Amino acid sequence: MGKYILKRIGYLILTLFIIATATFFLMKLMPGSPYANQAKMTTEQIKIMDQQYGLNKPVYQQYWLYMAGLLHGDFGTSFQFNNQPVSYLIASRIGPSMQIGLQAIILGTGLGILLGAIAAIRKNTWVDTVATFFAIIGRSIPNFVFAVILQFFLAFKLGLFPIALWDGFSSSILPTIALAMAPLATTARFMRTEMVDVLNSDYIELARAKGNSPWQTVAKHALRNSLIPVVTIIGPMAVDLMVGSMVVENIFSIPGIGEQFVKSITTNDYPTIMGLTILYSTLLVVVILIVDILYGLIDPRIRLSSEVQN
Amino acid sequence: MTKILDVQHLKINFATFAGQVQAIRDVSFHLNQGETLAIVGESGSGKSVTVRSIMGLLANNAQVKAGQINFKNHDLLKMNARDLEKIRGNEIAMIFQDPMTSLDPTMPIGKQVAEPLLIHGKATKKAALHRAEEVLELVGINNAKNRLKDYPHQFSGGQRQRIVIAMAIVNNPEILIADEPTTALDVTIQAQILELLKELQQKIKTSIIFITHDLGVVAGIADRVAVMYAGKIVEFGTVDEIFYDPKHPYTWGLLNAMPTLKTDSERLYAIPGTPPNLLNPPQGDAFAPRNPYAMVIDYQAMPPFFKVTDTHYAATWLLHPDAPQVTPPLAIQKREAEYQILLHQHQTLAQRSNVNDHE
Amino acid sequence: MADNLNKLKITPASFKTVTAANVDAQEKISTPSLTFFQDAIRRLRKNRAAMISFWLLLVIVIISVVSIWWTPSNPNAQNVAYANLPPKIGQGIPGFSGQANVGGRIVDKYAQANVPKGTYYILGTDYLGRDLFSRLMKGVALSLLIGLLATLFDLAIGVSYGLISGWHGGRTDNIMQRIIEIISSIPNLVIVILMLLLFTPGLNSIVMAMGLTGWITMARLVRAETLTLKSQEYVLAARTLGESPVKIAVKHLIPNLSSTIIIQTMFSIPTAIFFEAFLSFIGIGIPAPNASLGTLLADGQKAFRFLPYQMWYPAAVLSIIMIAFNLLADGLRDAFDPKTQE
Repeated sequence: MGKYILKRIGYLILTLFIIATATFFLMKLMPGSPYANQAKMTTEQIKIMDQQYGLNKPVYQQYWLYMAGLLHGDFGTSFQFNNQPVSYLIASRIGPSMQIGLQAIILGTGLGILLGAIAAIRKNTWVDTVATFFAIIGRSIPNFVFAVILQFFLAFKLGLFPIALWDGFSSSILPTIALAMAPLATTARFMRTEMVDVLNSDYIELARAKGNSPWQTVAKHALRNSLIPVVTIIGPMAVDLMVGSMVVENIFSIPGIGEQFVKSITTNDYPTIMGLTILYSTLLVVVILIVDILYGLIDPRIRLSSEVQN
Repeated sequence: MTKILDVQHLKINFATFAGQVQAIRDVSFHLNQGETLAIVGESGSGKSVTVRSIMGLLANNAQVKAGQINFKNHDLLKMNARDLEKIRGNEIAMIFQDPMTSLDPTMPIGKQVAEPLLIHGKATKKAALHRAEEVLELVGINNAKNRLKDYPHQFSGGQRQRIVIAMAIVNNPEILIADEPTTALDVTIQAQILELLKELQQKIKTSIIFITHDLGVVAGIADRVAVMYAGKIVEFGTVDEIFYDPKHPYTWGLLNAMPTLKTDSERLYAIPGTPPNLLNPPQGDAFAPRNPYAMVIDYQAMPPFFKVTDTHYAATWLLHPDAPQVTPPLAIQKREAEYQILLHQHQTLAQRSNVNDHE
Repeated sequence: MADNLNKLKITPASFKTVTAANVDAQEKISTPSLTFFQDAIRRLRKNRAAMISFWLLLVIVIISVVSIWWTPSNPNAQNVAYANLPPKIGQGIPGFSGQANVGGRIVDKYAQANVPKGTYYILGTDYLGRDLFSRLMKGVALSLLIGLLATLFDLAIGVSYGLISGWHGGRTDNIMQRIIEIISSIPNLVIVILMLLLFTPGLNSIVMAMGLTGWITMARLVRAETLTLKSQEYVLAARTLGESPVKIAVKHLIPNLSSTIIIQTMFSIPTAIFFEAFLSFIGIGIPAPNASLGTLLADGQKAFRFLPYQMWYPAAVLSIIMIAFNLLADGLRDAFDPKTQE
């Protein structure tokens, strides 16, 4: 297992290196000026600014400096936002994003597992139909539409929650629900398929033959066996959450990295865009690595086969 | 001998998109204490459905139309779900066909073997694991103590079937139902598992219902044999009666299709045709279209059971007093001749058959 | 046991032997055999949700095609005097009467704006006085077009990439899979956004950006399927007989891959529609004044607290299209893969 993890970490670093390089050169190709009011600036001023940001050096040197900076957690300096270092921007904004993201994934997968399991147990009944219907709604309706609907009815019309404000747990509820819809739908659908498969398997019949009641059978045998593969969809769900956070944070005015990313795009703030792209990719590859390791740990079949391999 | 299980006029239908499939059409048989009853038939003949109805594990779309399954003064078919659960895995246990898929892949085998003890409140967790270890040793898992925490995929197919058997016998069940327990195994392993079942029967004094499509397996293990075809039992008798003095043309076909060391023909025999569609089963003998000895009446009415001996009955019109005398296939004639010789020569066999005759 | 015998008259004739000529007759197959596709279509037709979705989408597509030549009014014509008019179909129809609640008082907005009698805006107008119904028609058409074009890209790149990777195997496959791994380590949307920053925003760049990122799933599925198909006997036979790889791909692989491809295509259309809406919503998608579902939603969202109708209709239409595509895709998958149905 240890050797396998090391190998995977090696791949991970290589992947991130390639992504950082690609992002850097892509940014160099970008049109438009980083300076908001370039028209008013003199050539002299631009030169000074270029010097300050290191933009006057040859591209390969800029690349070298950037990559060296990355190793120290230095993502460069934002062109906008009062010349703050990008790393500082990220550090100050990742908290709210993480909070909402984690809340959403817990809520979404929790409810999704419940919904999917019930749908599978009551397969081909109205319960199944209702659960499947919800899963399709959750999968089909974009989360920004959900966000706006929630905001309109629960916050604006009924005044149950703040409309667009970041202040404590109550302001995180609506964005969490809006973000949780996609993972909920994905988990429910996946869980149902897995559970239907498991419930049809021989070892479930044998569990019944041992004298387990239907619920004991589900609790002791079916649930664990269908839950293990659910771990594998955490990666795709993390992507959904990152994408979703960009609009949902915007709609609810949450000072997170998603909102920052959208803001940076509209202001051509290249260092921030680069920094966040690398951050998103890092989060994603790390999540995928953790999921793979976790999967190996909880599934006895994989756990052993990898031990044998190494 | 006392009857431990008595199945009477069982009828089971399956509701499918196409209509009602009559999977079991009036099946009656009984199981004596301590004996092994083999139910033989090709796939789809209803043998698995029959035993699943005993276990109360029929699929959701199955409907029991009629009949009784009497076990210890109770009709299992009328019992509520909770009471049935108390019997399952406790007084009646089952061994499944495919050991590769019938163990929970994510649970250590010790826990799986101990599970029936815990469900039925027979032991504490610790005692149950200890007993699981004993039973695993008993079924031939070496070094069981150190393997309790291992997972199913760490065992070979034969070992897994031993574990499945351990799970079935851990509560010393009175009836053990074995649903094709050797079909999925290699031939050499098959013999070991059969040997194990025979040994266990001696040790724990259980009665066995053994389901198989392989008559060769039956010869070694069964005391009595019931032959099923298209949802009905067509012939039953002691193992010697079925093997050496079969009366039903279907049994002839089955025996003929079984290769033996003495088979002289170079071609293997196969019964022509396919079993009938049980969506609308034929009015007469379901085997008639495949039966080279079929008579007009076979297409008109289902044959009743005709008595051959006290233990041997066959449902074929050929046994009707008015029916023409037919000569069974050559191989069957040979078997009958052998049977006569056996009866005279082998004292042991003769005694065994005498005992059965006096029942 | 012999009770049924009493009813039956047994005569010596009953015991005449019948020759077993019926054996052959019995083995005749009674239902006509269907090809794989006929069978799948038959199953799909039984799926009510999928069929309703199919007809619904057909209607939406027809309306979109119509919008190319005709819309009730010019979707880009601005008339600030008629700005923010509520929906009106006729007098007294709730929600479509052209009235609005302004500070607790019901006001006839159309009268206020001096709209001539007989001029109705079915879904109202936006802040520039543009007819929202016409814009919605155009917007749906544009979104569907983007979905379709992006999916074509997806098909072309994904299928050929998957085929090559799976067919060649070995080193080629290994390298190609590493590339896929790296690309899929960046959220799709981030790549799309970076691409859009690089090119000028618009239909072409959106389609390109999505086409260049969306093919990964298709490539993976096609590769996996190709790997299994490759070792099938009939493909081995064709190879042994010396057929060229291209010919094998066209004659044996593509037909067998078709169900996978069709199903995946049905899933990638709504994904592309979603991405367009998303990009336009955050302001880097279809540039003004063109309408797409995303731009309509973005415009509507700005005013939705007080003029919610500007948001509801595009949101509803987008949701319906997404649900319908997903239901139809689910139905197709179940129809092509009967195992999943039980």
